[in-house]
Amino acid sequence: MIKLENISFDHCIKCTVCTIYCPVARATHHFPGPKQSGPDMERLRIKSPGLLDDSLKYCTNCKRCEIACPSNVKIADLIQSSKWRYFRKAFRVRDFFLARTDLMGGVATRASFLVNFFIKLFPVKFFLDRFMKIPSERRFPRYAQGTFRAWYKKHRKEQEAFAEKAVYFHGCYVNYNNHDLGKDVVTVLNAMNVGVIVTDEKCCGVPLIANGYIDKARKNALFNIESLARSASESGARIVSASSSCSFALKHEYPNLLELDNSAIFDGLDYITRFIHERFEKGNVPAMGPVPVRAAYHSPCHLERMGGVMNTIEVLKKIPGLELTILHSECCGIAGTYGFKKEYYKVAQKVGDELFKRIERANPEIVITDCETCKWQIEMSTPYRVEHPVTVLARAIDGKKL
Amino acid sequence: MKRIETEAIVIGGGATGAGTLRDLSLRGVRAVLIEKSDIASGTTGRNHGLLHSGTRYAVNDLESARECIRENKILKKIARHCIEDTGGLFVTLPEDDPSYHGKLIEHCKYAGIRCEEVSVQEALRIEPNLNPNILAALRVPDGTIDPFRLTSANVLDAQERGATVLTHTGVSGIIREGDRAIGVRCRDRRTGVELEVFGGIIVNASGVWGQEICASAGIALRMFPSKGSMVIIDYRINNVVVNRCRVPSDGDIIVPGDTVSLIGTTSKKVEYDKIDEITVDEDEIATLLESGEKLIPNVSRTRVLRAYCGVRPLIAVSGEMDGREISRGIVLIDHERRDSVGGLITIAGGKLMTYRLMAEMAADLACAKLKVRKKCRTQKTALPGSERKLDQAKSVKFFTGIPNSVVGSTLYRHGQRIRNILHREKRNYGLICECEMVTEGEIEYALKKLNVKDIVDLRRRTRIGMGPCQGQLCAYRAAGLFVKYDSATSAESNKMLVDFLEERWKGIKPVLWGDALREVEFCYWIYQGLFGLGDVRFPEEGEDR
Ligand SMILES: Cc1cc2nc3c(=O)[nH]c(=O)nc-3n(C[C@H](O)[C@H](O)[C@H](O)COP(=O)(O)OP(=O)(O)OC[C@H]3O[C@@H](n4cnc5c(N)ncnc54)[C@H](O)[C@@H]3O)c2cc1C
Ligand code: SF4
Ligand code: SF4
Repeated sequence: MIKLENISFDHCIKCTVCTIYCPVARATHHFPGPKQSGPDMERLRIKSPGLLDDSLKYCTNCKRCEIACPSNVKIADLIQSSKWRYFRKAFRVRDFFLARTDLMGGVATRASFLVNFFIKLFPVKFFLDRFMKIPSERRFPRYAQGTFRAWYKKHRKEQEAFAEKAVYFHGCYVNYNNHDLGKDVVTVLNAMNVGVIVTDEKCCGVPLIANGYIDKARKNALFNIESLARSASESGARIVSASSSCSFALKHEYPNLLELDNSAIFDGLDYITRFIHERFEKGNVPAMGPVPVRAAYHSPCHLERMGGVMNTIEVLKKIPGLELTILHSECCGIAGTYGFKKEYYKVAQKVGDELFKRIERANPEIVITDCETCKWQIEMSTPYRVEHPVTVLARAIDGKKL
Repeated sequence: MKRIETEAIVIGGGATGAGTLRDLSLRGVRAVLIEKSDIASGTTGRNHGLLHSGTRYAVNDLESARECIRENKILKKIARHCIEDTGGLFVTLPEDDPSYHGKLIEHCKYAGIRCEEVSVQEALRIEPNLNPNILAALRVPDGTIDPFRLTSANVLDAQERGATVLTHTGVSGIIREGDRAIGVRCRDRRTGVELEVFGGIIVNASGVWGQEICASAGIALRMFPSKGSMVIIDYRINNVVVNRCRVPSDGDIIVPGDTVSLIGTTSKKVEYDKIDEITVDEDEIATLLESGEKLIPNVSRTRVLRAYCGVRPLIAVSGEMDGREISRGIVLIDHERRDSVGGLITIAGGKLMTYRLMAEMAADLACAKLKVRKKCRTQKTALPGSERKLDQAKSVKFFTGIPNSVVGSTLYRHGQRIRNILHREKRNYGLICECEMVTEGEIEYALKKLNVKDIVDLRRRTRIGMGPCQGQLCAYRAAGLFVKYDSATSAESNKMLVDFLEERWKGIKPVLWGDALREVEFCYWIYQGLFGLGDVRFPEEGEDR
């Protein structure tokens, strides 16, 4: 059955611009590029699913092709949906664990010290490499002790006291790996007289989609839509997320890829810098001290796709003392769980190469980016520390050292 | 003047002529085929590609229906790689006369066509894009047939058995000696060289043009040309043949043809002297899209790639009748008996899918005249490429390393002969046509083995330029390969490029809106803006150009 909503491939005029902009096609000849894997092959896949080429698994779903396309072809969506429509599900322990960020996080945070220690040990790395096909070169994000939600519980009362509130979708990374970012969000929003509401949530689904667990992704999505919508309508608040990929999923992957109705949250949902920028524009700018740092800003692919890069840049420009170099837009290559897989590791690093070189040339003290996986990739592949824009903003507000 | 002596001459390289050539070759008769343009460039290449089950004719023309179902079964065995056994549905729309449904079931019984009634729900499961408001549905053994592959495979087999094929060579007249036709005068339309071919028997299989051939031998034969138009949809909007269950009328059928779907057809009278100038009319396109949308609503939202038309080669039996009411029956004429001109027979009428039967009839008569006592073997002997059942999964495995899409598409087009085409050298499976997955290896094979003289011919053998971009990305690459494989000089290849784009343009022009228009604009930008192709001047040459 050809769903009417999915016939955007029919508009493709074969201009090949998408392939020119695809970072993966540039990095490896094993990937024939978005035009071929998307609209071209879709016609053949409709004729016979046996004509599916498995080379399309190289696509990282970075969506750069969709930004470039003059015909509004949902190229990356076509590729992702072909992955799970036609591939036979080969259960892989690794993919299962990589996809279940919340499950893994829930367990790891209970003994984060041990996990962080063990995962660096040579025999463990060797085992992961040999048997799980997770490359030994790959550095893992550290797990935190306890969860962000547990911290929030203690501060809920004070947050609910604010007149204006925002529902904050923190995502797995903040909950299990980086509580500080969540706290920084609270610092910044509070400084702008906005209280932070945290409601029930599940993993946004990005890693599930990437690893082909579509039913589970749909389940999570339905849960999130319902929960966020309820919480937002109760408190009359807008919804924010400080992860560019989570926001992208909630706003765009849900309707386009998972084919779910997310109209209940679509209009109320913002990536955080847009929320902040809008208020800055209206004059709601908190008092800020100087942050005298030389920083290079990297714009993540999914934020580009949402058209949100401008907001982050405008917000950063308001920070006194911050010396900002805006890097040419490049993909870092990690693409969520992609760079954790041995078969793609080399491609991921090659994709990121151009970005790493540009960072080097900018000679910064730190790198700023909106996406947690970009952060892992850059920190692993360059000598620089990477911070979230909200964190930098929070330091300007609370005056602590960045 | 060049002179060729042979046993039998076949005029016309449509399915009928090609089939006759093969049939004769299988019986050991030396034969020469003469075609004024390319193989399958006449009506054969301009039809709907439906492998009828006979159901459509069951009510009005039982004889044709019986022929269809018989040939349908034979072709599914001998021409596997030219056929897709998709199955077909006859669906009744709310506005259609509901009684036709029952009538059809009854007549299918007489004709021996397996026709089962299926529930609307089941029909929608078989073809999910179907209009959900249909009232009733029948399932029949319709299929699809690719005319280009079918004709080419017949020619290939004949050539491998020793037959001679002269394409781009037109017959300008029959040479008579007393009351016998003893040969033909022809002219190579590319080089202008004249030649004469002599043989013991001449089979006129030139379709609707047969009237002219007969006239040149002093024989009166009247054709009744009826034009039919079709539109091509960008991708397969249906996977089984969808027919409307009513008295045959315009826009009744949607056929899934390879990667596209075809809506057809119309039926319009044309004057005989206009048969080489026919074009698709606006009202025909409107009719086809309107009726198509009623069967499959998706039609309204999908890009139309092109429109084309063909002329039905019906021999007027009597008076003025509507094109569709004339029997599509096969007409075999022994001009010795009818007109007292020996050495000439005409085979015409029928359908693409009855080509084998027509060829058998013509070859039987030709052999009788030549006193060759050999039986027809075409009902049992598979065409080259169709020798064994095709298994995509096995081929994909055999060619590990080459993309599935390439292996699958090549296999679909050439069947068993894929082994002569693909190999694991990178250059071999590099893509030339990205829409239809045509590789350099496939083009090389076509240039060397399949009588390809220009890019239009190449398109008929491979599907190059038949996808959504209509040649935009592949045409210039193909032109380069003609030079690389010594099939043309670079000046000739430039000219071919222009001719090919003109030929594509002709079919796009009637449907110039929406995405097709954007596509053409981009194509123009490449070929004119970038290459300046319109400003290249070519020396004057043969009439064919
Ligand atoms: C609109 C339409 C839809 C159709 N749909 C179907 C269908 O779905 N299924 C089906 O089975 N049938 C269908 N048919 C019928 C089918 O197309 C024809 O019956 C069949 O193709 C006739 O083949 P042929 O070889 O007899 O004639 P042609 O294909 O016309 O072959 C005649 C050849 O002779 C050549 N020639 C002419 N003059 C000369 C000359 N002087 N010298 C040398 N060569 C010459 C021509 O170039 C041509 O190639 C359809 C027909 C039409 C018009
Ligand atoms: S989503 Fe990214 S990797 Fe995938 S095809 Fe598009 S540009 Fe290439
Ligand atoms: S950019 Fe868009 S229109 Fe151009 S080839 Fe890619 S999908 Fe087609």
